[in-house]
Amino acid sequence: MSSAEVLQGGLDLLAVALLALGIKGLSKIRSARAANRLAASAMGLAVVGLLINAHPTAVTWIWIAGGTAVGGVLGALTARLVPMTAMPETVALFNGCGGLSSLLVALGVMLAAKGEGLTPSLLVLISVGLSVVVGAITCTGSVVAMGKLQGWLTTPGWMMRRWRHGCNIALATGVLMAAVLTVVGSSDALWPLVIGASLLGIGLTLPIGGADMPVVISLLNSYSGVAAAAAGFVVGQRLLIVAGAMVGAAGLILTQVMCAGMNRSLTAVLFGGALGVASAGSKEHSEYTNIISCSAEECALTLEAAERVVVVPGYGIAVAQAQHTLREVARLLEKHGVAVTYAIHPVAGRMPGHMNVLLAEADVPYEQLKEMDVINSEFPATDVVLVLGANDVVNPQAKTDPDSPLYGMPVLDVQEARTVFVVKRSMGAGYSGIKNDLFERPNTSMLFGDAKQVLSNVLGELKVLGVGQ
Amino acid sequence: MDGFQEQLWVLLLGSLLGLELIGKVPPTLHTPLMSGANAISGITMLAALTLITRAGEDSLLLSLGSVSLGFALFNVVGGFLVTDRMLAMFRSGRKRSGGSR
Repeated sequence: MSSAEVLQGGLDLLAVALLALGIKGLSKIRSARAANRLAASAMGLAVVGLLINAHPTAVTWIWIAGGTAVGGVLGALTARLVPMTAMPETVALFNGCGGLSSLLVALGVMLAAKGEGLTPSLLVLISVGLSVVVGAITCTGSVVAMGKLQGWLTTPGWMMRRWRHGCNIALATGVLMAAVLTVVGSSDALWPLVIGASLLGIGLTLPIGGADMPVVISLLNSYSGVAAAAAGFVVGQRLLIVAGAMVGAAGLILTQVMCAGMNRSLTAVLFGGALGVASAGSKEHSEYTNIISCSAEECALTLEAAERVVVVPGYGIAVAQAQHTLREVARLLEKHGVAVTYAIHPVAGRMPGHMNVLLAEADVPYEQLKEMDVINSEFPATDVVLVLGANDVVNPQAKTDPDSPLYGMPVLDVQEARTVFVVKRSMGAGYSGIKNDLFERPNTSMLFGDAKQVLSNVLGELKVLGVGQ
Repeated sequence: MDGFQEQLWVLLLGSLLGLELIGKVPPTLHTPLMSGANAISGITMLAALTLITRAGEDSLLLSLGSVSLGFALFNVVGGFLVTDRMLAMFRSGRKRSGGSR
């Protein structure tokens, strides 16, 4: 073993330790930021170790620099410019590129072997097959997930029919056959394998409803770890295998946690299709009666007289970019002596934890964010609940109506509070298209309009009342 | 074969480690954690680098490796930076607005 090899081995070991500590640290708020940097530096160390040992030639350096410059600059720009509301899409995009990279590496190794007239060993061929299949599914699946979240793609009608399962099974069989042929040594099967797996990624992701997309992204994130581990087997690098396996396993756990939060099983998410489409007919068209609508002035008066206010933010406030106005309202109320907290449903926003990020962006201290299990027992002692752009997560039907498609989903029991204000654009249905009984309750008042506009009106009224001055 | 067996051990232990590391995560950190783990999966950049360094003068392989490296680095650099951007926002309220109640 040369000294460069020993050095690389040492750096790799250090990198594995740092990566593990990084993932561990990312699960605690205090250490998360430092842990992220730790993981980033671990990757840097691994690259240094590899380059020391590989002695790249001048030509090689040029190609390395080119790829690094383009990928690095675009990555940095994307990370800096993308709005926080688009975080799930961004993770999906990055993830897809990781999968594509594993796929390309596997193809490259096959091309290299073909060029030298060598037949790779069986184990390498198996790894190549795995890397290609998982990499391609991750790549196209992530792109579809991103397109759906951005609203660029909708599920075509025929995709909702049952025979889409037939299509996917046929595709999967084709992919399996191509994989077997590739492993047996027929290099002609490689391109059909790439194309088949890419189509399978689309076919599996496209029918899944927008509300379930975060779970899919988390799962695809786990897949990209598996793809990285497979690529590690292809080129024979232990560090890739460890890191890929860690990400793959951690991603699976996170996916499970998310499913639990939505009361959906992973199977239902993956194979059930979009929620509510089949059952929407029964509830969607039922008319609302006894809706009480009120003005910003009334809302401000009630807030002023309250002692405990709970805000339930939904994705709607992020769309309206109202989180900053919301923070202003909360600041005035706090100065006035009102206790303001935020009830965060596990799937508020478009991804678990997404709403926390959006509120943090508006300077809301994270101590004021309460998880569902904690806040649900506090609603009976709450004076005012302000529901902003949230709908399904505050639907009492989920607990009362066994026929409802939402039945069983964990919800926030806002109806237990003395007064509930719901800020909403119109009486239109929520994401799932299901009627919300909350709006008809006698203690619920509706404030119609754009969340940001309504909040600025309330803010204005509070100032007129002299609250917090 | 020995090398392969060793790699399987590495795979097994790495997976077990990954299962253990994410025990109890506060929901606040789900999105950053996913994004951070996603950046780590860009470790395939090492495989891409290996592909380039082994390519010799073969320009097809060099460019394939380079493109692959670019995609992986897009994942890694973007992933870590965007995670950092999210985590930078989580600040404790007590430090800034103490006594405002």
